[in-house]
This record gives sequence, structure tokens and C-alpha cells, in this order.
Amino acid sequence: MKFSEQLEARYSEMLTHYPVKRSLLVPFLLYIQDEFGYVTDDSIEEIAKRLEISPLEVRNVISYYSMLRTKPSGKYNVQVCTNICCQLRGGEEMLGHVREKLGVKVNKEVTSDGIFSVEEVECIGACSWAPAMQVNYDFHENLTPEKIDQILDEYRQKAVQE
Amino acid sequence: MADVTQNATENVTLTVNGRTISAPKGTLLIEACKQHGIEIPAFCYYPGLSLQGACRMCLVEIEKMPKMQTACTTPIAEGMVVQTESEKVVQARKATLELLLANHPLDCPVCDAGGECELQDMTYKYGAGESKFIDIKSHRDEQQWSPIVFYDRPRCILCYRCVRVCGEGMDVWALGIQNRGQGSVIAPNKGDSLDCEECGMCIDICPVGALTSASYRYKTRPWEMTHVGTVCTHCGDGCVTTVGVRRSETGSEIVRCDNRDRSGINVDFLCIKGRYAYDFAANPERITTPLIKRDGKFVSATWSEAIELVAAKFRETLAASGPQSIGVIGSNRTTNEENYLLQKFARTVLGTNNIDHHRTADFPSFARAIAANKAQTASMSEVATAPAILLIGSDPTEQHPLLAWQIRTAVRRRSSRLYVVNANEIKLTRQASHIAKIAIGTEADFVSYLSGNTAAAANLGTAPEVLEKLRDALSAESGLIIVFGPELRGEAIDALVSYGSRIGAKFICLADYSNSRGAADMGLYPDLLPGYHAIAGSSRSALAWASKVPATPGFDLTRMLDGAASGAVQALWVVGSNPAARYPENTAFSRPFLVVQDMFLTETAQHADVFLPAAFAYEKAGTMTNTCGDLQRLKKASDVHGVKSDFEIIIRIAEKIGADVNELVPFRGHTFADAGQSRGAQSGEADRNAVFTEARGLASRTSPLDPLITLDEISKLVPGYAVSRLDLAAGNMQRTELVQIEPAGIPSHPEMVEPAGNALFTSGTLGRYSTTLNSVVEKHRNAIEPIEAD
Repeated sequence: MKFSEQLEARYSEMLTHYPVKRSLLVPFLLYIQDEFGYVTDDSIEEIAKRLEISPLEVRNVISYYSMLRTKPSGKYNVQVCTNICCQLRGGEEMLGHVREKLGVKVNKEVTSDGIFSVEEVECIGACSWAPAMQVNYDFHENLTPEKIDQILDEYRQKAVQE
Repeated sequence: MADVTQNATENVTLTVNGRTISAPKGTLLIEACKQHGIEIPAFCYYPGLSLQGACRMCLVEIEKMPKMQTACTTPIAEGMVVQTESEKVVQARKATLELLLANHPLDCPVCDAGGECELQDMTYKYGAGESKFIDIKSHRDEQQWSPIVFYDRPRCILCYRCVRVCGEGMDVWALGIQNRGQGSVIAPNKGDSLDCEECGMCIDICPVGALTSASYRYKTRPWEMTHVGTVCTHCGDGCVTTVGVRRSETGSEIVRCDNRDRSGINVDFLCIKGRYAYDFAANPERITTPLIKRDGKFVSATWSEAIELVAAKFRETLAASGPQSIGVIGSNRTTNEENYLLQKFARTVLGTNNIDHHRTADFPSFARAIAANKAQTASMSEVATAPAILLIGSDPTEQHPLLAWQIRTAVRRRSSRLYVVNANEIKLTRQASHIAKIAIGTEADFVSYLSGNTAAAANLGTAPEVLEKLRDALSAESGLIIVFGPELRGEAIDALVSYGSRIGAKFICLADYSNSRGAADMGLYPDLLPGYHAIAGSSRSALAWASKVPATPGFDLTRMLDGAASGAVQALWVVGSNPAARYPENTAFSRPFLVVQDMFLTETAQHADVFLPAAFAYEKAGTMTNTCGDLQRLKKASDVHGVKSDFEIIIRIAEKIGADVNELVPFRGHTFADAGQSRGAQSGEADRNAVFTEARGLASRTSPLDPLITLDEISKLVPGYAVSRLDLAAGNMQRTELVQIEPAGIPSHPEMVEPAGNALFTSGTLGRYSTTLNSVVEKHRNAIEPIEAD
């Protein structure tokens, strides 16, 4: 199991942040996820070994946080907020629209072409601009079905071009 | 969790429900209340484990605190005013229960825990009979995680006791919690299965029926069993296991073993063998009728036929070739009374000192060293509170699971220091503060090094600075307990005890079987009488019957077998032992007249001329001495038609030979006992009288088959066995001592010691006939996968 040079560098640096090694588990899992697209079985074993905890303990933590994945997501992970503010402003309808447009039914489902995955999430801190969604690390606010169509089309094009 | 009460001298006074109570500073409120008989219910709180504060059942009102507090995490404070049964508290408990029951399946009528379920008890007490929930209960199918463990998620109330006892208690860490909120589940370490020590601690500690065992699940109801606390028959640690039995067509059936009453020296602990390896008792291969070999084949016989044949053959052999031509091999698993009786019978009736057993520790050397140095032995309980422990050899995790638990407890709760000296990387090094990995077979050199012979370090193959640090740290310890395995024998034990006694250490000598120590103490040796009186020595006259004992030592086990092979030993009597498995090439078993008392047709029993089906430990009464010298009462739990206890078999053979049974077992020939019938409504008086007389050794012993008569004799005649009968009868452990008899007068034969080599999932012959142990062994064999190259 090998991490990239950047990830290794980040690991060494993060080790100095905490008085207890295991404290870097959650933030570092997020970086692992960015590197591999999800937390792979190999990286679970690796991080457990490095932090001197059991792989089971790593899995316990992963399963607690919904933003940590052990299965690949789409290239663009569409996270639609349905928490209270967004819900009042049509968040659930937006989620329904995204799902319908991309042809997925279950939470965290990946489209057959692997470009998108759709996830219902709790508050993403964009209440002032509800309803909102987050695609990977980018925010999209004051959503309407039309706006969503346009956003998703742009991402699809981007994916095809790459 | 640190043991907060250990050094507390200061008491704190508080008021609970209007009552003034006091407890040492630092005590948790829930414990302080418990000590004063005030029950605060809790699911997640478990004494000795870390605090969780998860279940919210223990909420109480504390004056000047705005919200209710969890009594399990609140240390008591001076002047605290607490309400534990106020209307508000009761309402809160009811609400907590309602939440816990929201997804609980209420399948109590079929649940294993029904009748002994903590959630059931609390619901019964606090109501919560109605629910405001209208949602459908979320269901998950049950899962089997190992040959032992089943998990039924809907019943789980997420108290995390299992997770903590597996990790903190067992140091296995095989269970975790996954997901969150009401989606949480207990998760095993291999995704859908467990890789663990299969101890079953998680199952017994579960307050509900979420974790169940393969051997007990859906078999019976708790109230259909009788529960008898007796001593485990497997290793030498002497755990108390509570046997649950139920009537069956074969007499009675053992349905489970557990330690729910927590009354033994093991308190919470039992390993897989103590919990699940009782099933050999009902193995279809068990023999329940006496067998006589005719024309090379076993045929069934009645007890009278078999016993008469044995007695006749013994008489014949005695008459024709004298007492030296009979050999007796005793057992490590029979009771003290049986061992004592067997050697008394061999010596005074057969007139031979040809008696021995499979020695798994050098107890004669140990007894000699302890006596010569006026040193003390340590009990199993003391290990858990010892400030420092030196472990030389052995692998307690595999061979002495309770000892390993006690050591872990000391390190975890008292921050005790553990010094491990071993040729292998044993698991307990995880708890060790000092580790010396030495070359195989150099344990005696290490002792020599400790005693000041620095030159001995050269043989150990250990870095000198490691040894020096360990030695210096040890010499600074007080209250040290030194535990050593069979690697140390003979003079090495003398040297170790001499070293340890200078720093005030106590000692534990490890032997492998449930009554190995008892077999040694009761004199199953050709050259030692009970209490380590040398046959050739002068102190033997302390034994009332010693005048009848031949003056010269008899054959040890090897010489007996040699004699049997050569024809010098013409009759061999093997009680609860399987020497043929250890000496498979030996022809000793086919030549003499061979009598075997056992449960199964073992390698030895195959050669028998007469096979006598014996009861095993859970089917008889008596006492056993664990490897530390802790004496405990064995209570008869189950019964199987056809078999007899070794005690009864010996007596019956003695009677048929024409011995005076009353001399062997001094029962009274006639009865004045009032069994209660004559008093009618006052028969309770008779019961109380029975308890009183029993406790004082005054009970009228009317049957020669009562092993407690022999216990009376042991208490009187065997040095170190004069224990309190009242305590023993109450089920408490009693310490025996290794007493000074004759200075340096105890002959020992270190070369005769051969460890049994049992591991966590094996237990000699008994293990081979245990379906549960075999299934676990099989699983672990299959689990060994080739390691992938990097």
C-alpha cells in the first residue's frame, strides 16, 4: 500500500498537530478519500497500522461519518441538502429532481456511466441561500430545477471532455 | 478504569432518599448506593469496565443540579442530596425504557434471555407497557459470527458492555460499533465474522438476548434448569462455573455453563472451556455400561460382574506375585477425596507404593523449596491486586486463561508492573512493563542470573542491559508475585524461591489439569504420601494409616509401564488417565490385566480387560485444589444413568477384595440420622440441624460412598488442609498451604514432568470429545490463509 508523495508529506505534517496519534484519523481519512475516491480496504489496514489501532476501529469511525465512503462515488458527488432551511425552500423537490434527471433511486447511488452519484445530506451551511447543494467541493445555491439541469449538464460536459 | 477506591482513606457522607450514607471518596454514586442496598438500575454500567453513560437508566435527581445526572458517572461529594426513586426519576426511567423498547422485538417468549433479562426486569418494574411509537420496528436478520457467537440486532440495546469486555477485559478488541444513532450495530472484526478467543464473555455480559451462544440458544428456559455452581474440569486455574441442568431420558442433561452468579475466584471470567466445553458429557461415544473383554472384544457387563472380576484378578495377582506386581495410575481430574482414597487403597489394601500420575508440574520440588524458605504461595485472587507480577515461562493466555485475566486486571486497574520472561512472544507481553525474551530452555539460567550469578546471562541470548534493567526493577518491588510454568523444575525452583523469599515475594507454580495440584497434594506418587511425607522419611507417622504402608518407594509411571511391558507388573489399574496416548509405542498396555476407569474408549481403554464407565467432575461431589492451592467444593450437578463416580468404584472394588471399608472411609455402621420425617411440620429444624452439623464436621456419615468423610480425614491428616468447613460448604475458596514437614526431605523427580500442551481450544481427552471445541479448532485451522506478499 503506497500513498502519494503529497499524502505522505501531509501525514508527516499532521502527526505533529495532535498530542495523540489516533486524533488524526478522521481528517486523514478525508485526505485518503480525496486521493482514492473512497476509503479503500488497503488504506484502512495501512492507517490502522500507522496509528496503532485495529482495522475494526477505523471501520467503526468510517461508518459513523456519512461523508466517509468505503465504495467509489461518481466522478461528481452531488450532495443535496434537505435539512430544515433547504427543506422549507424546496430541498426535497430538488433532490427528487436530481435523482429523476440522473436516473438514480437509492441514496448514494452512482449513475451507470460513473459520472455522478447523488447523496442526500444534512446541513451544508448554506442556509442563507437555500435550497443548496454541493458537488464535490463546489457550492450551488438558490437552486431551481432549471438551474440544476444547467449545472449538471456543465459537469457532464466537463467529464466527457476530460 | 482506574480503581478509584484502592487508596482512599477519606469517607464522604451524602444523603440518598433521606438516608445518610457514606463511602470512600471517589466512589461512583451508583456504587455507593449499591453498597448501602439502594438499587439504581443501569444497563451500560458494569463494575470494572470503563464508563459509558449510554443507556440513561441511572438518571437520578441531585439537589442544586438543574438536570438529572447519570449515577454511573457521578462521583459522590460531601453533602450531596440525591433522590433515586422520585416521581421524576421514575418517569425518566419509564421514558428511557419506552425508547429502548421502540425497536425491541418483544420476542421474549422465545428469547434465550427471557426470565433473566435485565430489560425485562426493568420493564416489569417501571411499566412502560404502552408505546407512543407508531412506526414499524426496524428489523435485521440474526447473524452467526463464529461457531459460538450469534448476534440478533433487534434485541440489542447498545449498552456496549460486550465491546468493552472484549477489548478492556480480554484484550481481544474483536467487537466494535458501527453506524450511528438507531442504525448502530455491534460489529465483529472480520466484517461478518469474528476472529477472537471465543470466550463468550460478550454473551454472558449481554443484559438482553442480543448475543447468544450456539450451544444454548433456543434450547430451554432459564427456570427449567437447576443451577449448580461447581469447579470447571478443564485447566488448573479452578474457575467456578454454574452448570445449568435439566432432566432428560439419560438422567440429566447439561444445557449450559456460565458464571452468572459471579461467586467464584474467577468473578466475571470464564473461557471457552469453562462455558461451552461441557458437551463431551453427552457425546454419543461416551460409555455408560461396564465392559469386559472376552476373546478380544468388549461385551457389556453389569457393575457386579465387572467389579467382581476386577477384585478377583487383583486378589489372584496379589496371591501369585505379591503387591509389587500391581500398578496404579491416578488422575489429574478426579477429586482430592478420590485421589486420597485411591492411594490409601493402593498402599494399605493392595500393599503397594506403585502409584503415580501424569505430572505436569514439579510440585514436590516446589513444596520442598517453599518449606525450606518459609515462603508463601499466592492465591489466584491475589494476582488481580498484586502490585507486581513476574511471569517466567508458560503462556497463560493459552494455558491459564483465568491467570491471564487476573494479570490483565492488575495491570489495567492497578497499573501493576508485569515482568515477562519467556522464550516466546506471548500475548501478555502487551501488558508487560519489562520483557526479556530468552533462548528456549534457559529459564533456569535466568533464575540463576537473578540469584546473582551474572555469568548465567551468557546463555540467555538477551541484551545485558535489558536483563539488568529487569533485575534492578524487580529488586525494588514489594508485594511481588512470582508465577512460573513447567519450564522450571528441580533445583531451579529452589533457587527461584530462595531469591523471591528474600524480597518477600509469593509464588504460584503452574500445572495443567483441574486437579493436578490435588493429585500431588494427595500423594499420587510412588515415593510421597499425602502432604509430601516421604515414604522413606520419619514424618509419615502423622498419617494414622501409615503403619500399613510398605517402607520402600514404589515404581513411578515409566517404571510401571516398563514393568508391565516386561511382565513384572501383572495388573495395571488406570483411573481417569490416558498414558497410551503419551506412550503410543509402549506395549505395556496389552500385556497385563488392565482395568480402566474413564468416560471414553481412549487409546489406553482400548487395551482394557475391564472398562468401568466413570462419572466426571460435574457429576460428583468433593473438592479440588487449583494450581495455586485454592481448595474449592465440587457440587454434583448432573447425572448420567449407568456411570459411577471414581470414589464409588474404588470403594466397591475394595469391598469385593475383602478390605475393611470402614477403615478406608470411616463411616458409621448404623444410622441415628433424622432425615426430617419424624418432625412433620417442624422438618425445617432438621434442615437447620443438618447445615449446622455439616459445617462442623459433625454430620452423621452413614454411607461409605460419602466423599465428605474422606475430606474430614484429609483435613485432619494432610498438612495444610485444615480449612474452615463452614466456608467451604458455603461455596467459598479455602487456602491450603505447603507446610514444613521434613527439611529437604522431599524427593523430587523433575525428569518425570511433562506438560500437557493444551492450548485455549484443547483440553486433553475431554477436548477431543467436545463438539464445540472441535468446531472452533476447525474454524481456526481454516482461517489460516497464506500471507500475501507485499
